[in-house]
Amino acid sequence: MSGGVDSSVAAFLLKEQGYAVIGAHMKLWDYVEVGGDIYKDGRCCTIDSITDCRLVCDSIGAPFYVLNLSAEFRETVIENFVSEYRAGRTPNPCVRCNSEVKWDAFLRKADELGCEYIATGHYAFVEEGDGDIYRIRKGVDQTRDQSYVLWGVSQEALKRTLMPLGGLLKSQVREIAARHGLRTASKPESREICFVTDNDYRRFLSEYEANRGRSFEPGEIVHENGSLVGRHNGTAFYTIGQRKGLGVTSSRPLYVQRIDTQANRIIVGEEDTLYRSELLAEQINWSGRTLSMDSFDADVKIRYLHQPARARLIPLTERSARIIFIEKQRAVTPGQSVVFYDNDIVLGGGLIANAL
Amino acid sequence: MVPIYLDHNATTPVDPAVVDVMLPYMGSTFGNASSVHQFGRTAKVALERSREQIAAFINCEPSEIMFTSGGTESDNLAVMGIAYANRERRNHLIVGAAEHHAVFESAEFLHQKERFDLDLLPVDREGFSSPKGLAELVTDRTALVSVMQANNETGAIQDIQALAQVAHERGALMHSDAVQAVGKINVDVKDLGVDLLSLTGHKIYGPKGIGALFVKQGVRIRPLFYGGSHEKKRRPGTENVAGAVGLAKALEIASQRMKQDEGSLRKLTNYFIDAVLGRIPDTVLNSPRANRLPQTANISFKGVQGEPIILSLDMENIAVASGSACTSGATEPSHVLTAMGIPPEIALGAIRFSLGRTTTKEQLDHVLAVLGPIIERLRAMSPSRPGHA
Repeated sequence: MSGGVDSSVAAFLLKEQGYAVIGAHMKLWDYVEVGGDIYKDGRCCTIDSITDCRLVCDSIGAPFYVLNLSAEFRETVIENFVSEYRAGRTPNPCVRCNSEVKWDAFLRKADELGCEYIATGHYAFVEEGDGDIYRIRKGVDQTRDQSYVLWGVSQEALKRTLMPLGGLLKSQVREIAARHGLRTASKPESREICFVTDNDYRRFLSEYEANRGRSFEPGEIVHENGSLVGRHNGTAFYTIGQRKGLGVTSSRPLYVQRIDTQANRIIVGEEDTLYRSELLAEQINWSGRTLSMDSFDADVKIRYLHQPARARLIPLTERSARIIFIEKQRAVTPGQSVVFYDNDIVLGGGLIANAL
Repeated sequence: MVPIYLDHNATTPVDPAVVDVMLPYMGSTFGNASSVHQFGRTAKVALERSREQIAAFINCEPSEIMFTSGGTESDNLAVMGIAYANRERRNHLIVGAAEHHAVFESAEFLHQKERFDLDLLPVDREGFSSPKGLAELVTDRTALVSVMQANNETGAIQDIQALAQVAHERGALMHSDAVQAVGKINVDVKDLGVDLLSLTGHKIYGPKGIGALFVKQGVRIRPLFYGGSHEKKRRPGTENVAGAVGLAKALEIASQRMKQDEGSLRKLTNYFIDAVLGRIPDTVLNSPRANRLPQTANISFKGVQGEPIILSLDMENIAVASGSACTSGATEPSHVLTAMGIPPEIALGAIRFSLGRTTTKEQLDHVLAVLGPIIERLRAMSPSRPGHA
C-alpha cells in the first residue's frame, strides 16, 4: 500500500472477496538519503502517506505494518538508477523496483508472515494461461495500463500475485473509495519516481553523488557531422531525444542522438536522426511465452508512453533478441524497457541495450 | 481469543482503581490548580497530596518532586537542565552506552550543537557499567553522569549507588532514569544517592502523559519551558491534576503489591526463559540472570530477524517487542545490545518479553506452543529469492 487510492481500493476489494488481508507499506527511502523537502505532502514513504495507509486499513479492518526495505531499495534500485545514468543509459527505476523489491524482497516478507499472496493496485491482470504459464494482461483502462512495468516479474512470483484493479477504470476505483469512505478517495495521483521528490532527477543525481564524494565530468556536445556545438556538465544528465537544456543555438532544432560515455560526449542531430528501425534487447524475461528460439511478430513498446509498434522479434540467446520494427521508431533509448505484446497479453520484456 | 500482552515495558494498562481516582479530576474537580478560587484550591490540594505520596514512595521531600509529562520530558529536563545550569564551570557529560534515547539524544544534542564534551560509559556483556570504568571518565569538568537504574530492553539493574559515589567524588551530579524500575523494584533516592531521578506513570499501571523528576534540594536546573510560575518556575504549564492523582495512586498500589508481584513475576519469567532456551534450539539469553527486573526477558533467536517474529506473533494475538518501542521500523540492531558487545546477527534476532500483573502460566504455555513452530518456519525459509526473474 502506497497511501494512494489504487492500493487502498485493491485492499478493500480483496477483503470484500473474503481474503485475510494484511496491509503493508514498504518504507523504501527517507528524506535524509534522497534530499528534497520533508514538508511536502502526500509522497509515498512520507509520514502522511503512511498515516493514509493506516487509516484505510482501519476502515477496512485489516492489520497494518510498515516494512523497512530501504536497504534493499537503495542497493538494487537507487544505486542502479545512478549507475545506469552514468553509463549513458536512461533507467526506469519502477521496473527495477518491481523485479527486485516488490516481487522479491516484499514477497519474502509475505512469506515470513505466512501469506499465500501479495496484491497490488496495478491496473493490469494476472491470469493463468495454457501450459501453466502465468501471464500479465493489460488493464481495461487504456489510459492507466501498467502492464509495461511488470515484464520483469517471474513466473513463481506471478503465481502468487493478485491484481484486483485490472478490470476497473480509474474513475470506478475512485468511486468505490468514495462510496466506502476510504480516506484516499480523492487523493491526487503521483506518477513520478517516488524517491526523486521534486521530480528533478538531475538535482537528485548531483546531490546523491556529491554525498559520496563523486562528481560528473564536463565534456563536449558534438553535432553528428563532427562539429563542436557546445559543452555538457556530465553525460548522466542527458537522455536520447532530449532537446531542452542543450545550451546549443542552431537554425534547426537539435536532439540528443547518442551518448558516448567513452569519449564523454553527447552527439546531437536533427529530428530525423532519432529514428531507428532496430534495437537489441537484453536481460529478457519471457514472462507470458514459453521459451523458444523461433522468430515471431509482436506489438512492441519501447517507452511507458509509447504506442505499441509492430515488430519482428529474433531471439539471439535465451535472454536477448534483435527487434526489427516495420516502421522506424523515434528515440530508442538504451536502459529503457522494451515490452512485447500479443494484443493485450505481455509476452515478455527486457532492457534496450542499444539501437541498431 | 483474548490477546496475550507480553510488552509491559512498552506500556501497561491503567489499573481500574487508578482510573476511579482520576475521573473526578476530569469532572467535578476540574479546576485549574493555579486559580485562587475554590475550584483551583481543591485541585491544588489534590496535586500537592499526590506530590507528598510520590515523594514518600521514593523517600524524598515533596519539594523535591516536579511533575512532568512523562519519562522523556523528565530525562530531557535532567540532562539539559543540569548542563545549561552549569556550563560556565562544567561542560562535560557522561551517559551510559545503553541509555534510553531520551537521555542519549539530549546529550548528543548538547554535544553536537552546544559544544559540550560527551563520553559514553560502556556496559559489559551483561549490560552493567563499572564504577571503575566511570572513575576513568569523570573529571572536575563533569557536570552530570546519567545511568538508568533498570534497562528497558534487557532489564539489567545497575549499581547506581556505587556509580553515584564515583560521580560525587569529582563533584559531578548523578541522574538516573528509573522509568522502568519505579514500581517494580525498590527505588529509594537516599539509598541510591542520586541528585536527579526520572519516573513515569504508564510503565506502572498508571496513565500516560504524566511523570515526575526528583531534583535534590539545592540542585539548580535550567527550565525547558517558559511561561508561568508552576513547579517553582521550573516547569510551567497548567498542571495535569488527574494525571498526578493517578500517578500517586499507581505508586501506592505498586508499593502494596511489590513484594508479592516481584516474587511471582520472577518465577514466571524464569520459567519462561528456561522453557524457551530448553525447547527451542540456538537461542541466546541477552538479559542477565541476576540483577535483572523480575519480569523482563530478552532472548535472541539465531538465524531469524526480530521483525518477522513480532509480526507472526501479532498474527497469533501475542504482543511482544524487539529493540525498544520507540525505535520500531528500523533495521539497525538495538544500540543497547550493540553496546553490550552482542554481534549484529544475534542482536537483530532479539525479542523482548516483558510480563505483567495479568500474565499467567497458561498464557506463557500458549506462547511457548506457538513460538516454537514460528521459529521453525522462519528458519526453514530458504534464503534464495522466490520472485526473481
